[in-house]
Amino acid sequence: MGIEVNGRKVEWVKNETVKYLLRRMRYTFPLVVVKINDKIIPRKDFSDVIVPDNSKVAVIHMISGG
Amino acid sequence: MAEGQIPIEEYETGNTKHKWDLKKLKFAHRVIFEYNYKKGEIKRGYANRTLYLNLTKKEIKEKPVTEDMKKKFTGGRGFGLKLMWASIKSSTRWNSDENELLITTGPLCGTTQYPGSGKSLCLTISPSTDIICDSNVGGFFGPYLKFAGFDAIEIQGKAKQDVVIVVDGEKGKISVETAPLEETNSHLINEQLTHMYASENTDKSRQKVSVVSAGKGAEHSYWGCLNFSFYDIRRKLPRMKQAGRGGLGTVLRDKKIKAIVTKIEKFDGVSNNPADPIALAKVGTKLHREIRDLDRHQCNMRAVGTVHLVEIMDEYDLLPTENYRFGSFPKASKIYSPKFFKHFTKIIPDGCWHGCTMACAKTVDGFTVMTGPYKGQKTTVDGPEYETVACCSNMSLWDPLWVLEFNFYCDTYGLDTISTGTAIAFYMEMYEYGILNKERCDGLELCFGNGEAVMEFMHRIAQGNKGEFTKIAAKGARRVKDWLIKNAWGTPQLIEDCGMESKGLEYSEYVTKESLAMQGGYGLTLKGPQHDEAWLIFMDMVNNAIPTFEDKAEALHYFPMWRTWFGLNGLCKLPWNDVEPANNAETDEPSKVPEHTQNYVEYQNAITGWNVDKEELILQSERCYNWQRAMNVWLGRGRRKDDWIPYRSMGPVTEMEYLSRKDRYDKQLVEKLGHSEKEVEKMKIKEKIELLYDYRQAQYQKLADAVYYRRGWTPNGIPTPQKMKQLGMDDPKMLKLLQDKINEDEKAGLNVWGGKYGKGEKPPNIHLKYWEKW
Repeated sequence: MGIEVNGRKVEWVKNETVKYLLRRMRYTFPLVVVKINDKIIPRKDFSDVIVPDNSKVAVIHMISGG
Repeated sequence: MAEGQIPIEEYETGNTKHKWDLKKLKFAHRVIFEYNYKKGEIKRGYANRTLYLNLTKKEIKEKPVTEDMKKKFTGGRGFGLKLMWASIKSSTRWNSDENELLITTGPLCGTTQYPGSGKSLCLTISPSTDIICDSNVGGFFGPYLKFAGFDAIEIQGKAKQDVVIVVDGEKGKISVETAPLEETNSHLINEQLTHMYASENTDKSRQKVSVVSAGKGAEHSYWGCLNFSFYDIRRKLPRMKQAGRGGLGTVLRDKKIKAIVTKIEKFDGVSNNPADPIALAKVGTKLHREIRDLDRHQCNMRAVGTVHLVEIMDEYDLLPTENYRFGSFPKASKIYSPKFFKHFTKIIPDGCWHGCTMACAKTVDGFTVMTGPYKGQKTTVDGPEYETVACCSNMSLWDPLWVLEFNFYCDTYGLDTISTGTAIAFYMEMYEYGILNKERCDGLELCFGNGEAVMEFMHRIAQGNKGEFTKIAAKGARRVKDWLIKNAWGTPQLIEDCGMESKGLEYSEYVTKESLAMQGGYGLTLKGPQHDEAWLIFMDMVNNAIPTFEDKAEALHYFPMWRTWFGLNGLCKLPWNDVEPANNAETDEPSKVPEHTQNYVEYQNAITGWNVDKEELILQSERCYNWQRAMNVWLGRGRRKDDWIPYRSMGPVTEMEYLSRKDRYDKQLVEKLGHSEKEVEKMKIKEKIELLYDYRQAQYQKLADAVYYRRGWTPNGIPTPQKMKQLGMDDPKMLKLLQDKINEDEKAGLNVWGGKYGKGEKPPNIHLKYWEKW
């Protein structure tokens, strides 16, 4: 059992929401776009959407930098 | 006036007031030579001529801008390269008589309808690198130079005594005048000359003057920056933006130029004579609205400027602390953006050129100076920006007031905050190891966190202190490395690995150990390790969006080309991706911000009347980018060895660094180098460091292979004549030069890929001279 987050293998946690996955990954940057299996998850749903097993999660940090 | 802003008459900075006897200062001026010119019209973004001055020969002339020049070099930095190619020699060094200092504009520079359109691009042969350094800067000078009649000013030769150069766009006159009595430090001379050359004693008149200067620090170091003024009508003082990198201010003072002044009669929203003002207004208004509506939810640039990055970099282990040993620090929250927001003057618009809604140029007014010649005075500090704050974290200075002190003196002394901070952080680490000590540092206790010692060192530089350490250290990290090694103080490898410079230029402020692409973004560059070519850390390290060498090479092709484009046009990069359309994440390539790229297509067409598309924008850059690399080759550099980077930017140098991120590095030894967990458990730290050392250096070589190939260069990093011809850069002298250098490399056995390729791997092309088949 496992998921992929930004192309890297990560342990799957049962009933984990997007919000808690971001916390576990220490992705604290507020401007992220999350896709699960290519489907965009609206920010307002981060606390409700459960990350399914075997899913591919993309957490795109919308940061511009220097 | 927008809601919440302060009326002009109601604001007081609280700064110490200076009284100048301007008549006495002006009376001491003597005109050495001058030139009258016919004022011209701007046509579709171009003044269609450049201004040439030779201080040795006392010569001033105009040079025409041809259609061919526009086609090949576009403008701005491109024009600078074209003019330098015609005027300097391959043996020219920073202090040669024929070295030039150029300030260029660009066809979009001076526009007021689109945010971020007031940038000047400055070029010279750098004292730090011996190659061309380009640096962009805000402020009013560039737009005013164009509205005074010139797309660029090109200064060659040296004066015998301190001079000011005055470009008087009101009278159509250029004069070179002695200036014996003015101050040298920028916050003072900029104020003196603004008042002296304003046509009337009014703020509106002073707003039509812009001054470029460098302070006393620029005279005695290789870190000299140029301070570009913009008169702030609310604060009633000339504020400053810096062309920081590469020692431009050092060259200015070497030429005995105290300042360059330009003044104009008038300007307005159509001074750039746009071909299609309606299309321009449309595309500009769209972005203005976006910034107004979205900035506060995105980067918050209007409130805190680039300082918003400090906390993000600290959270993601990217904020350089203690000379890049670590990417985060327990004390870092002391210098997060809210700490500076507290000091910033609020509810005053802060753009460094008219019409910039992003307005990220913050100030602290009424700051009480704590050390040095201005101790006790109250002054305005322009900034700090992210890089300046991160320089201080790099030196382990965690008090916002010391950040402001460092910021103020760097600016007024004309010292680049980045080079100064990065170099001092290196000296501090050497001090910690005993390689430097109090005696070797002329009595300074230059240890991490010692703000007093940092400031004392800077004051000594500005005074022209003759101490051996001060003289060498003011020339930067590269020269200090050589000095330490020559004296056999410390092991050469440790010194080379820790000193964060490449090509002789100090790094800007990001930790790159876990982002190979960003290591390339610093090393595989034209002028040296500055993040203005590519900033790929999050795309690479966090988003993992460019996992292969080919992906990274594509990013290290596209983004440097794209970012070069701003410098050809006189634009600021920030409005491109420091605010993004609400639906940007849903686009195919969010990192390119496609909607804004299209804005720039429409913007350039609206000003110039051309009919370009986004591919042509990249081609404009590619021509100039390759030309600059080719000039580096001509100047004796621009090869693979010159693109090497210190190991500190690739991985952990010391056991302390390794231990601080042990889990991360141990995991990599298992996952990337194929060792078992048991093997790793048994290894000594030293052994683990060595394994990573070899692995990461090999990765960098492979990256260089992929990038050179993508850019159409030889395996040793030379732009090929075929590539230049493809781009339409067909200067026979340049093509012959490149072929000769490739032949030299061939004879020396240097025309080979640098990476070692194992089973299942292959270099970018099995044909080493792949370009000959084009």
